Amino acid sequence: MKDYFFLAFNNLKRRKLRSWLTMIGIFIGIAAVVALISLGQGLQSAIEEQFEQLGSDKIIIMPKGMGPPGTASSDSLILTSKDLKVIENVRGVEYAFGYLTKQGQAKYKGESVINYAAGINSEDFELMAEMGGLTIIDGRKLEKGDKFKVVVGYNHVYKDTWDKSLGVGNTIEIEGYDFKVVGVMSKIGNPIDDNLLYVSKDVLKEILEIEDEESQIIAKASSGFNPIDVAETIERKLRKSRGEKEEQETFSVQTSEQLLESFSNIFGIVQAVLVGIAGISLLVGGIGIMNTMYTSVLERTKEIGTMKAIGAKNSDILLIFLFESGLLGLVGGGIGIGIGIGLGEGAEYIASISLGTNLLQAVFPWYLIIGALLFSFLIGTLSGIFPAMQAAKLKPADALRYE
Amino acid sequence: MKQTIIKLDNVHKNYEMGDSTVQAVKGINLEIKKGDFIVIIGPSGSGKSTVMNMIGALDLATKGNIFLDGQNIEHLEESELAQIRGKKIGFVFQTFNLIPTLTALENIALPMIFQGVDKNERIKRAEEILENVKLSHRRNHLPNELSGGERQRVAIGRALSNNPEVILADEPTGNLDTKTGAEIMKLFKELNKRGTTIILVTHDTNLLNHAQKVLKIKDGKIEQVRRRK
Repeated sequence: MKDYFFLAFNNLKRRKLRSWLTMIGIFIGIAAVVALISLGQGLQSAIEEQFEQLGSDKIIIMPKGMGPPGTASSDSLILTSKDLKVIENVRGVEYAFGYLTKQGQAKYKGESVINYAAGINSEDFELMAEMGGLTIIDGRKLEKGDKFKVVVGYNHVYKDTWDKSLGVGNTIEIEGYDFKVVGVMSKIGNPIDDNLLYVSKDVLKEILEIEDEESQIIAKASSGFNPIDVAETIERKLRKSRGEKEEQETFSVQTSEQLLESFSNIFGIVQAVLVGIAGISLLVGGIGIMNTMYTSVLERTKEIGTMKAIGAKNSDILLIFLFESGLLGLVGGGIGIGIGIGLGEGAEYIASISLGTNLLQAVFPWYLIIGALLFSFLIGTLSGIFPAMQAAKLKPADALRYE
Repeated sequence: MKQTIIKLDNVHKNYEMGDSTVQAVKGINLEIKKGDFIVIIGPSGSGKSTVMNMIGALDLATKGNIFLDGQNIEHLEESELAQIRGKKIGFVFQTFNLIPTLTALENIALPMIFQGVDKNERIKRAEEILENVKLSHRRNHLPNELSGGERQRVAIGRALSNNPEVILADEPTGNLDTKTGAEIMKLFKELNKRGTTIILVTHDTNLLNHAQKVLKIKDGKIEQVRRRK
């Protein structure tokens, strides 16, 4: 076995350029797959961590079709304080609160940015912070009676939201009104949340001239109640109070676990598509190996004849060629994994400096590395099967005559 | 009476060429004894290469029987034939046919790999052979770093590696100058003296004086057998 390996390795060394070109096909594919999986896994575990912070007993009620905060749909689809009342009265709901996120213009020392503001009642502030795993790192939280006061997200003070330095005591203009900064939130790691401006919900409604709206309502199930059951009750009651039919609701009710699950599903599909695309390049790489091996068999026909004449059995020839193609796959895969790790780390680094997010963490579990290596060896070997069989079944007399 | 090592018994070989059948060998009877030095001559297209292939178990007859060391090889599988070739026959080719990625030593050791000889034994034996063919100083050179004569000596060394009964050489001096060719012939004669059967296929009539027996093949038949003292 070792001897065949040596023979195969020697042959690859002989055609250095061609071996490298062939391996490029494999390592582009493997690098893409490794980078995508590592980033995907990292992103998923970061998100799971955030959901864990939220707790599994939370129920999230959103207008249908809502994406990230602030992108809510048309007016008829909004949630209101009436809905919040309905939810608060459902059996098994320990408490519920709503908040409002809106996009607006913020100005500070002559600079102006478009930003999201979150309107929240001061008594709910702590609950919300706790769910997001946030603490106040400077100043204080929003308190009852705070009118034109704002608690700013981490990036306003410690990152580059503003060119001029900002801190507790400064004044920011939001949609034309002056707000005094009273506190700074700790870092979440995603740029949208770290740029939020937390103000009183009533004040936000007033300055944006909003009657009655909740962007999202969060309810906590009382202990002893199954959050899924409570969520179902909420859905039923809301449907009744809003006069909507089943399956045609303009809102969605999901427990934090269901939300995580549906997120994971979507995320899984996206990742599968991406890895699938990367897989196509692996297929192309495999065909490249096959092509190289066929050429090699043709080129070395006489050599194969010679080896058969001096006693090589068909199985010996088969093994030598399979080792060659397997090695092309394995070495290509090894390099590809290296590049993939580099790409993953690179993407993580770029994300953290340009987006300010630490959500995108590349992780490289051992099974990813070993799996990718085995897979690339397998691709190489599979691609080599037909060429190797062709080499093995050459008739020695014919092969020796071949010019 | 010397022991018979190769026997061809009314051997025919046909090739299919498109729709027609070419009769390359038309009923050859031949007996080669242990220790013989035989030259097979004949013009190109005479069928001498086909005869050589069948003697060397590289090809099977269409009709008739071939016996190698008493064993009828007509019904053997390719892998069994490979084993027999590796053990009993050493091939030497006109174009040397060395493996370009292997050093002189590794080329000589290669047939032993296919016979499952272990590494230390292989190296030891290959070094002895290198000494025999006077190439110890070229031990780690690749074929393209060797002269034609040196390459052919490596090839002969490779043919000797499994201690074969027979060395089958196809135009071994065809690609060499006269002087180098003479040295190679001298090496064959030495081997023959030590008991190895040598079968040499050529159309170089100068080589005939080395042989104890000359077979002339023409049109797929043995036309003439000449014995020399």
